[in-house]
Amino acid sequence: MKVTILGAGPAGLYLGILLKRAGAAHEVTILERNAPDATFGWGVVFSEETLGALRDADYPSYLRITDTFARWDAIHVRYRGHLLRSRGHGFSAIGRRHLLAILQERCHELGVDLRFGVEVAALDELDGDLIVGADGVNSLARRSLERELGARVTPEGARFAWFGTDLVLDAFTFAFQETEHGVFQAHGYPFDERTSTFIVECPEPVWRSAGLDEMDEAASMGFCEQVFATELGGHRLRSNRSLWLQFQKVRCRAWHHGNVVILGDAAHTAHFTIGSGTKLAMEDAIALAEAFQRHSAIAPALADFELERRPVVERFQEAASDSAAYFERVGRYHHMEPLQFGFNLLTRSGRITHGNLTQRDPEYVRRLDSWFASTGAPAPPPLFVPLSLGALPLRNRIVAPAGTSGAGLVLSAFTAVSAEGRISPDTPVCEDPAALRAQADEAHADGAAIALCLGHAGRRGATRPAAEGIDVPLPPAEAWDLVAASAIAFAPFGQVPRAMTPQDLIRVRDEFAAAAALAAEAGFDALELDCGHGRLLAGFLSPLSNRREDAYGADRLRFPLEVLDAVRGAWPADRLLAVRLTADDWARGGLSVADGIAAARAFAEHGCGLVHVVAGQAVSEGRPAYRRGFLTALSDRVRSEARVPTLVGGHLTTIDAANTVLGAGRADLCLLDLAAADRVLA
Amino acid sequence: MNVGIGLPNTTPDAEGPLLVEWARLADAGPFTSVAVLDRLVYGGIEPFAALSAAAAVTERVRLATMIVIGPLRANALVAKQAAAIQTLSGGRLTLGLGLGARSDDYEAAGVSERDRGRRLSEQLAYLRAGIDEQRLGAPRAGLEILVGGSSGPAFARMARYADGYAHGGGPPRAFASAAAKAHAAWSDLGRPGRPRLWGQAYFALGDPERGTAYLRDYYAFTGPFAENIASANLVTPRAIKDLVRGYEEEGCDELVLLPTVSDLDEVGRLAEVLAG
Repeated sequence: MKVTILGAGPAGLYLGILLKRAGAAHEVTILERNAPDATFGWGVVFSEETLGALRDADYPSYLRITDTFARWDAIHVRYRGHLLRSRGHGFSAIGRRHLLAILQERCHELGVDLRFGVEVAALDELDGDLIVGADGVNSLARRSLERELGARVTPEGARFAWFGTDLVLDAFTFAFQETEHGVFQAHGYPFDERTSTFIVECPEPVWRSAGLDEMDEAASMGFCEQVFATELGGHRLRSNRSLWLQFQKVRCRAWHHGNVVILGDAAHTAHFTIGSGTKLAMEDAIALAEAFQRHSAIAPALADFELERRPVVERFQEAASDSAAYFERVGRYHHMEPLQFGFNLLTRSGRITHGNLTQRDPEYVRRLDSWFASTGAPAPPPLFVPLSLGALPLRNRIVAPAGTSGAGLVLSAFTAVSAEGRISPDTPVCEDPAALRAQADEAHADGAAIALCLGHAGRRGATRPAAEGIDVPLPPAEAWDLVAASAIAFAPFGQVPRAMTPQDLIRVRDEFAAAAALAAEAGFDALELDCGHGRLLAGFLSPLSNRREDAYGADRLRFPLEVLDAVRGAWPADRLLAVRLTADDWARGGLSVADGIAAARAFAEHGCGLVHVVAGQAVSEGRPAYRRGFLTALSDRVRSEARVPTLVGGHLTTIDAANTVLGAGRADLCLLDLAAADRVLA
Repeated sequence: MNVGIGLPNTTPDAEGPLLVEWARLADAGPFTSVAVLDRLVYGGIEPFAALSAAAAVTERVRLATMIVIGPLRANALVAKQAAAIQTLSGGRLTLGLGLGARSDDYEAAGVSERDRGRRLSEQLAYLRAGIDEQRLGAPRAGLEILVGGSSGPAFARMARYADGYAHGGGPPRAFASAAAKAHAAWSDLGRPGRPRLWGQAYFALGDPERGTAYLRDYYAFTGPFAENIASANLVTPRAIKDLVRGYEEEGCDELVLLPTVSDLDEVGRLAEVLAG
C-alpha cells in the first residue's frame, strides 16, 4: 500500500512508524511544510494510560521517550496565597521538539520517506492508495473536504498564551492571581530538567481590560511575568511565537472520505486545559494502524478506525469543553475556601470524582470531607453530612420523593393550590388538613424533614395522568378551564388558557397564601414554590409564554414575586421557603441562564432560602440536552453567581456523583433519581 | 431481555411469500417480536402492510415498527393503520415512530422536511389524546408507542408521549449512553416508572458478503457512515452473542436483530445461535 501522510507532527510520524512496522511493504511518505527542527509550543503531557499504549505499539520509541521524561504525580493549586497539593495523578511530559526528534529518528530507521519543506497547496497534488491528513488544527485535508466531513470549527474558552520558563516546577501547577482587571490563571508543568511549560489564560474581558490586545509579544510577556512574579520566584518567561490565541474546537461528522482520512488535531481538538491533544493524536495513529492489520481493504479499515475512536474522542471533547468553561468563569469561585476550590478544580471536567480521588489521594479527600463536615475527626462523605438551612436542620443532603426512607429532606409530589391548578385529575390539591398532616407525619416518623411542593399548573393543566404521557389533554368533557399569563396553548391539541384578569391574579395569589398557611398548620418544615417547567408562575417569567401588555408583561418577575411575598407572609418566618426555578428555558427566544440567575437573586431578596434548579419545558418543543447530571452546571452558576443555596437533580444516579457535586460546591442538596436513592438508603 | 427478529421487508429479493413464512417461523421460534423498517424510496414491502401479513400468520410475537417515519403519513392515517394492525393481531402492535434520515423519502411523499420534529410531536399527541378516535373508528387503548432519535428534543418527545425508546443501533456503549439520556428525560418529564428500551442490530449468518453489500447500498445516502454501519454487521455467532450480552448488561428490554439477507434459513441460524 502506498501511503501519503500530510504533516510530520506526532500523529503523522507515529502513524508512519506503526504502518512501516506492521508491513515493510507499505510505502510511506510524510510531507511536512516546515523544517525538521521547527516547532512551536513547549512540552506535552501524557498519562500513565497513554504510556501503556505507546509501550505496546512501538517499544523502541517508548524507551527513548520515557528516557527523558519529566514525571510527577502531584497537582499543585496556588490560590489566594494558599498552596494546595493533591497527589496520585501520574503524569509525564516531554518537550515537543524532543518528542518529534525521537519519532523522526525512528521513521528514518524504519525507512519512512520523510520530506521537509514541502508546501502542498491542494489535496489532488497527492497520490497514494491512502492519503492521511495529520496536518493539525488548520488541516488542508479537512478544509478541502469540509462539506463531506461535516467539519465545524468554533472558538472555545478564554484567551491564552503559551510560554516556557526556566523555572523547573515539581508538579502540574495551577496558579490563580487576582488583578485589578480580573483573575489570571497559569497552567504549568515541567517537561525536562531545565524547562517548564507555562500557559497564561484569562477571560476575554480581562484580557482587553489589561490592554493585552494592544501589547506586542515582549510587552505581554513582561506583563505576565509581573502577574505571576510570586509563582515564578525570579525566573523568566520565554517566548516561542507566544501570541495570545483563542482555542479552536474542531469537530467533524466523519473522519474519512474516499481514500482520505484525517486524525489528531486535524479531525478533533480538545481544549488544552485537559492536556490531551498529543495523547489523542498518537492514540489515533495506533488505532488506524491496528485497523489496517485487521482489514486489507481501505474502506473497512477506515470505518473500523472511526468506530473505535469516535466514542473515546467525543468523551474527551465533552470533558475538555467542561474544563474550558470552568476556566473561562473561574473568577466566580474566588469566594470558596481553598480545599473546596481545589476539589472543584480537580473535578471540573467530570473525569475525576469524589470516589476516584479517594483512590488517588485519600489524604486530600479526608481533609476535604473533614472541612466540609466541620469536624476534625473522620467525617462522612459530603452527601451524608448534616446541613442547616436557616433554622431547618437536615440529617443529610439527600432529597427524595415521598415514600423513600432515609432522606434528609422529603419533597412532596406537586400539590395544586386549587382544583383549577391541577395538572391531571389525580394531582393532589392542598385543601385537606388531615391528608397533609398524614403526609408530614410519615416523613417525620422516618426522621426526615418534609417540603411541600406547591404550585399551579397554569396552561399545563387538564391533562391525562402521567402514566399515559405528559401534556396529553383530557377529553373536553373531563377538562376544566385553564388560566395562564397569556392565551397560548402549551402543547398540540392542548386547551387555550384564559389570560389572567386582574381579579384572577389576586385570587390565585391568595390561593397560594391560603395553601401555604394550611401546609404550615399541617407541620410541613419547608415550602417549595413551583416556578418551573412552564407552569403558571414560570409562564409569567418566560417571554415565550408571557405576552401581556400590562405591568405583568413589562416586568415578568412581578407576579411571581407578588405570590412569593404573599406566601412569605403566610408561611412562618422561621421556616424555609424554597423556589423551584427554571433557570434556563432551553428554547430559542426564551429565558437565558443570565435571566435565571437574575430571577434567583430577586427571589433570594424576597426571602427565598433555597433555589431548586431546573431547566427547560418552557414550551413543548424546546431544545433540552440530557445526560447524567444535566442540571449540575446550571446549579453551579446559580449558586456561585446569585450566592443562594441550591438543590439540584438532573439524573444524579450515584452517591459518588452527588458527593462530587456537593464537595465541589455546585449545590447544597441533591435530588437523587429514585433507583439510585433506593440503593443509598437500603 | 427479550430478543426479536426483523422481517426482511427492505432486504433485496424479499418476496411476499418469503416474508410470510419468515414471520411464521419466528412465531414458532424463540423470538418475542418481529419488526419492520420503513423506507419509501427503496425496494421492499411497506411496513404496515408487512405487519398485516405477519399478523395473519402469527399468534404470539409482538409486531413492531423500528421505526415508521411518522411525518410521511397523515395523523389520521397512522391512527387508522395502527388500529387495523391491533385488530388483526389481537393487540400485539408496538408502534415505533421517528423522523427517518432521508430527504428523498419526504420529497417522494410530497411532505416538507421543515418542522418535521414538531409535526411528529403533534402526531404523537394526536394518537395519545385519542383525537378523532370515534370518528375514525380507530381505538388507541393499549397501543404501545416507541419513539426513536438521538437529539435532546427526540428524547423529550419520547418521554412526553411514548412508552419507550427505540434506539437506532450501535455498540453496547452507544446504547448505554442513549439509555441514560432516555432515563434522564423520563424522570425530567415526571413520568412514573421507567421507559421500555428497544435496541437493534443487523446480522447475516449465511452470506455475510451479500448482507454487508446490502447495508452499503441501503445506507449509501449517509456517505462515509454507510461503511461504518456495514462493518458493524454481525456475521459470526460470537459477534451476535457478544452484542446480546452487551445490550442485556446495559438494561435493554427488547433487542431486535434485523436480517440483511433474504434467506429463510437465517431464522433458524439465529435461533440456533441464541440457544447455544
